[in-house]
Amino acid sequence: MMESGTQVVCRYAGTDLAGTYITDRDGMAVIKLISGYNIGVDPTCLTVVAPAEITEGVGMVVEQDTTLPQLSIISTGGTIASRVDYRTGAVTSQFTADDIMRAIPGLADIAQFRSEVLATILSENMTPAIWQTLATSICNEIKNGAEGVMVTHGTDTLAYSAAAVSFMLDTPVPVVFVGSQRSADRPSSDNVMNGLASAAAATSDLGEVTVVMHSSTNDDTCAIHRGTRVRKMHTSRRDAFQSIGMAPVGSVAYPSLDVTLSKDAVRRRPDTEPVLSARLEEKVGLVTFYPGMNPDVIHAFDGYRGLVVSGTGLGHTSVPVIEALRSLTDAGTVVVMTSQCLNGRVCDRVYDTGRDLLAAGVVEGEDMLPEVAYVKLMWVLGQTTDTEEAARLMATPLRGEFGRCSYNGF
Amino acid sequence: MDFDYAALGLKAGIEIHQQLDTAEKLFCHCPTVLRDVEEHTGEFFRYLRATVSEMGEIDRAAREEMMVMRPFSYYAYDTTCLVENDEEPPAPLNPEALALSLTIAKMMGMTPVEQVHVMRKLVIDGSNTSGFQRTGLVALNGSLPTGERIESICLEEEAAQRIEGDSFSLDRLGIPLAEITTAPDMHTPEAVHDVAAYIGMLLRSTMKVKRGIGTIRQDVNISIREGSRVELKGVQELRLIEEVVRREVQRQVSLVAIRDELLARGASVDEESHDVTALFKDTGSSILKRAKVIRAVCLRGFNGLVGCEIQPGRRLGSEMSDYAKKCGVGGLFHTDELPAYGVTEDEVASLKEAVGAGPNDCVILVADTKKRVTCAIEQIKRRAEMAREGVPEETRKMLEEGSSAYMRPLPGAARMYPETDVLPVVVTDAYYDALLLPELLTEKADRYVRDMGLDASLARQMVYSRLCGLFEEAVSRGVKSSLAAHTILGTLKELSRDGADVSAVPGEALTDLLVRVETGTVAKEAIPPVIRALSEGVDIDAAISTVAPSVSREEVRATICAAIADREAFVREQGMRAVGPLMGVVMKELRGRADGKVISELLKEEVGKVV
Repeated sequence: MMESGTQVVCRYAGTDLAGTYITDRDGMAVIKLISGYNIGVDPTCLTVVAPAEITEGVGMVVEQDTTLPQLSIISTGGTIASRVDYRTGAVTSQFTADDIMRAIPGLADIAQFRSEVLATILSENMTPAIWQTLATSICNEIKNGAEGVMVTHGTDTLAYSAAAVSFMLDTPVPVVFVGSQRSADRPSSDNVMNGLASAAAATSDLGEVTVVMHSSTNDDTCAIHRGTRVRKMHTSRRDAFQSIGMAPVGSVAYPSLDVTLSKDAVRRRPDTEPVLSARLEEKVGLVTFYPGMNPDVIHAFDGYRGLVVSGTGLGHTSVPVIEALRSLTDAGTVVVMTSQCLNGRVCDRVYDTGRDLLAAGVVEGEDMLPEVAYVKLMWVLGQTTDTEEAARLMATPLRGEFGRCSYNGF
Repeated sequence: MDFDYAALGLKAGIEIHQQLDTAEKLFCHCPTVLRDVEEHTGEFFRYLRATVSEMGEIDRAAREEMMVMRPFSYYAYDTTCLVENDEEPPAPLNPEALALSLTIAKMMGMTPVEQVHVMRKLVIDGSNTSGFQRTGLVALNGSLPTGERIESICLEEEAAQRIEGDSFSLDRLGIPLAEITTAPDMHTPEAVHDVAAYIGMLLRSTMKVKRGIGTIRQDVNISIREGSRVELKGVQELRLIEEVVRREVQRQVSLVAIRDELLARGASVDEESHDVTALFKDTGSSILKRAKVIRAVCLRGFNGLVGCEIQPGRRLGSEMSDYAKKCGVGGLFHTDELPAYGVTEDEVASLKEAVGAGPNDCVILVADTKKRVTCAIEQIKRRAEMAREGVPEETRKMLEEGSSAYMRPLPGAARMYPETDVLPVVVTDAYYDALLLPELLTEKADRYVRDMGLDASLARQMVYSRLCGLFEEAVSRGVKSSLAAHTILGTLKELSRDGADVSAVPGEALTDLLVRVETGTVAKEAIPPVIRALSEGVDIDAAISTVAPSVSREEVRATICAAIADREAFVREQGMRAVGPLMGVVMKELRGRADGKVISELLKEEVGKVV
């Protein structure tokens, strides 16, 4: 196969077209013409004119202002920064602090940055093992003097990771997860505003794990969401991330980058060391109940130490599924009920079905999001082998993942 | 003014942008309808930023753009979606638009691209919510019957319409556009006009392109041998295109003459500029008096040339002013036009003295804030240096009546990168071969003359009418071509002029009416009132029975007999000559409810009985 960037001539439509070979696609050779357009042609029409020029990605040196607060950026693979090669048109994701600071020039005015590239994965490939490495890295950065930590992350499972780190790490400084919904190679990307706002949040008076993303389709405000209360609620919009069951804990205005924190936001605790408890139990599942569900689906979790059910309404399943859940709890599995309504609290004391579920040993997940309950159960079962203690911890708010009172929206 | 274009070496090419009348937009399923701004149902705003270049550097211009931080606001409608909002990945390339653009390509004998790749072309002026315009090259290398070569057709998305300032309307964003680029094969203004007109006709022949002002735009590339390539953007009216070419040739010829004169004079541009704010502290010129800083630069040997007209309404000074305006200043003064505007002769003299200007020199003044003035003086010096070299390569915008103003330098290598969210589309030979070519409007007009007996001018009008399809339908149902053509081109226009909303008339009802007239069940005279009723939403049967209830032969005969009886003496005296005057009387009586031919026939019969 030809090297990308090779200068070629293509005999086409009765003329010779000069261009640059880019790649093969579905049996055709993609070439970039002088005009900048790519076209796919029969590879046999190409003649090589000159080999690919070797271009070095010369990095502009980024000046760091040592009088500014020290922040750390940990990359897991979200494309908050990318670079377009105008020769081939290829878009490459960028992960180092220098790359990110070049892509988001305003960052250098907010803080000085250290960086670590922890992973370069699509977020759907995230694993509990990487959560553990991530929580450990964040903890080390804080111990090494970071006044705040930014984590760049793909948006698909960003909320899971934020919740996982919330439980694993008791942080005295802001830990801010940030991503972008529209790719960083487009001039309209939300990466710049989200990046700047997350840096501002990371230097603020916060002291908890949060997610900072657009709060509406406008480029005017980013919301600061609690890491255990946030959910991706849209496939593509900039304001996909929404706090569920509580208002955001703060906001960052743009372009002023003024940070406003609500009274609920956990504040920074200077001179306090972070506490890491990174152990997770991986034999935990999450399942959505649906009408007609075969109890065999529940039995697939036989032998698991924990299972979160996303039930209907107040937290219900069908009678046959209750029986299957009972066999799980009898065998020592901790079963936690949440609601696919997402908004509102589980209450299994209103209808017979609910009472039967309680009798079957199911724990009410209060107004926890199903995904958060899943991550929390992994963590709880990583801390204790006692199912009673696990059930008690699940019913106790540890990181603001649920409230004693339900949010009335006012 | 006219030139010997061959001697001057005029070369011109055009780029035609035509909106396609597809059901859906190019990359989403929204309709391609334009809306009134007042109908918008939502508004949002965004910033755009230049993305980082291949060397990882942010270029100076891009950094400046980012420092300006202009928010762009957008109006959304119930006919636009998240794709226009740049909140959702694009849908696959609209197959109807691709087929249409390839049909146009085939009409010009072009070769389709085997695998079409959609690109992103960076545009950060706010007119695209994404910050780029999606575009794909679909065909290459064709030609016109007159020999001019067509270089390419691209299928691209239309930009959002700028309402004012930095506000845009999203209804237009995403409408498919065919961009047709010719080679620089035209050598006279007439040829440019003729090629543009021919391509316009060819596009109309598909019956699937948008019509009306702004739906087709021409950019013209012009150079003369001693000049440079200049791209003129946005000629919306074909009638102006020749004038645009003539005036650009005039401008280039004038700039070349100015260059020769400057070289002959040994002209030069002073490196140094001077703060002359103090000189004007008591000036009568309100602009100068208001300014925080006034700077001047001396152009040695430029006297008389800065004020020299290079195009109607444009001087070399206007060009310098355009460059200066990029810095935010309102314009400039030059000594070729002073004393004037409240600047006195004494002030000019002391200005010239301050900068050491002699009688052969021209002094340029700029007044504004320090930052703007410094920037503007550099731009003026740059443009003055260019004058010593001749015609700069530029992108220019058309002004009213065909002159033009500087817009920006010609784009360099286009900054394009792949639209990774849209899969490439393969165009097979079988697909391309199967595309049906529409009849050209010129051929159709010939056919109307030949087969339908329309006269040539009516045929030409008919083929360019939106209602051409209705005409063919009516004729195929037995309506005489002249009746159909006169109704469509004449009656409808007259009714429209009288305030009827003829666009509300259903086409089917109109053909139906024509068929009834042709078969004699409705009188020809009833056509206008029936159409008017149709335009008000009345159905055709109700329209005919209220406006023109048909009158039986016997009722017509009775009316005629009554009319004759009233005027018996007159009829006896005049004999058959009475038919003419009686015709008017009866027609008036029946008010279009009976066919004139029938009345005339019965009238003759009845008058014959009396005499």
